[in-house]
Amino acid sequence: MNSNVLAVKELHKEYREIVAVDGVSFDVGRREIVGLLGPNGAGKTTTINMILGVLKPTSGTVMIEGLDIAAHRRRALERTNFAAVYAPLPGNLTVYENLRIFGLIYGVKKINERIEVLLRQFDLMKFRDTKCGVLSSGEQTRASLAKAMLNNPNLLLLDEPTASLDPATASEIRGKIREFAAQTAGGILWTSHNMYEVEEVCDRVLFLSRGKILLEGNPKTLPGEHGKKTLEELFIAVAREPLKLESD
Amino acid sequence: MKFSRIFAIVLRQFYLMRGSMSRILPMFVWVAIDMVLWGFITRYLNSIVGGGFNFVPVMLGAVLLWDFFARVMQGVTMAFFEDVWSRNFLNIFAAPLSIGEYVSGLVLSSVATSSVGLIVMLVLAGAVFGLSFLSYGIALVPFLAVLFLFGIALGIFASAVVLRLGPAAEWFIWPIPPFLSPFVGVFYPLSTLPRWMRYIAHLLPPSYVFEGMRAIVQGKPFSAALLFWSGTLAAVYILLACRFFIRIYHHAVNTGLIARYSAESVS
Repeated sequence: MNSNVLAVKELHKEYREIVAVDGVSFDVGRREIVGLLGPNGAGKTTTINMILGVLKPTSGTVMIEGLDIAAHRRRALERTNFAAVYAPLPGNLTVYENLRIFGLIYGVKKINERIEVLLRQFDLMKFRDTKCGVLSSGEQTRASLAKAMLNNPNLLLLDEPTASLDPATASEIRGKIREFAAQTAGGILWTSHNMYEVEEVCDRVLFLSRGKILLEGNPKTLPGEHGKKTLEELFIAVAREPLKLESD
Repeated sequence: MKFSRIFAIVLRQFYLMRGSMSRILPMFVWVAIDMVLWGFITRYLNSIVGGGFNFVPVMLGAVLLWDFFARVMQGVTMAFFEDVWSRNFLNIFAAPLSIGEYVSGLVLSSVATSSVGLIVMLVLAGAVFGLSFLSYGIALVPFLAVLFLFGIALGIFASAVVLRLGPAAEWFIWPIPPFLSPFVGVFYPLSTLPRWMRYIAHLLPPSYVFEGMRAIVQGKPFSAALLFWSGTLAAVYILLACRFFIRIYHHAVNTGLIARYSAESVS
């Protein structure tokens, strides 16, 4: 078994003259939650899309459990799943129907049992036969997370999973994700703009700006290492003065 | 290819249909209206022309076969549009589903929906207007097969066009069957067409079906080799449509089209 669930090497993406991601390399270990942070347009979602195989890198490699996504897309994606605020489950199907369909696509064994476990785990029992489109933001996020955990993924990608949630619901969701990381051999790559959340949840953070990783480290100690009091202050510095930090 | 993944796409279509009258009704309402309308037109033509010529198998049969072809094509595109309308591309294409499995799921969904339309048309045309498909003999099977294959090919091609040009391109797709109908001679022999239209007609598999249907009804000889050729042509179009879809998919993965696919044109 590989020690890393995800290994990204020299990932680069160019759209004509625009460089969206510029030679990014990092990895995610087992039971590790890695935060991918950065201002809007830094290249976080582009990186996640390349890991998911829906965007082809200009150069570089993405290995999931030792499988190159470019050569073994299907096998790599069987071990992966994701939830993103911009990719909700189809609103015209019920929670159960969506979970069943994606369960079949991800090749989940004992699918009905797995769906029942996830419905209970994400407190979705009463919405089992409710169409996803009429659920509240928090309920839709829980349904998306249930889908993301259907196949017990070794690599879970979460793109702003708690965006637009109230603090109580966000805290509850964070708890479920941490529980998942603790109970499985999987790793999580998490993007968020909520620095409090990142500090609470992530074991390690990567600061991305203008397509490059500028900083990497423990979210609790990293601000101090760069003369900042909080992670939020460090984030603002990265967003405003990336070149200064790069030269540091 | 894993059957469970193909089944997931078909199951999704079943789930959508069972809870939605607006999806169920179009499967048979339009074809039923066409059968009733053309049934009465053929009755009227029979009454004014006389001379023993029966318009029912020529015209009503032609409408039925043409509607079947259009339903097959729309069966594929409608199943694809469900992912467009629900903005589901990222969930679908970031999953371990191959393009072959996805397209097979769309095709099987079309088999189910177009079969419903075909059964409704056969029952209405037979019970109300006395159209007997026995008059076409065993040739009915290859006729339906050729139209089915070509409908699938066009459905896959049309889906690729929408994937490339965005949801607004949906409006290029609906007029495809009516645009093709003058070329394939649904109601008249190909000899009626000017030469340049006949060249195009010979590239379209349904042309051979309608020529064959008219020949059989009029008791004239019909070339089985031509029917075989039309089936081969339709199969080639399926392969070309699949290649086109895969090419568009790879373009979408290169440019980030799938990740950015939204309600407006992404071209």
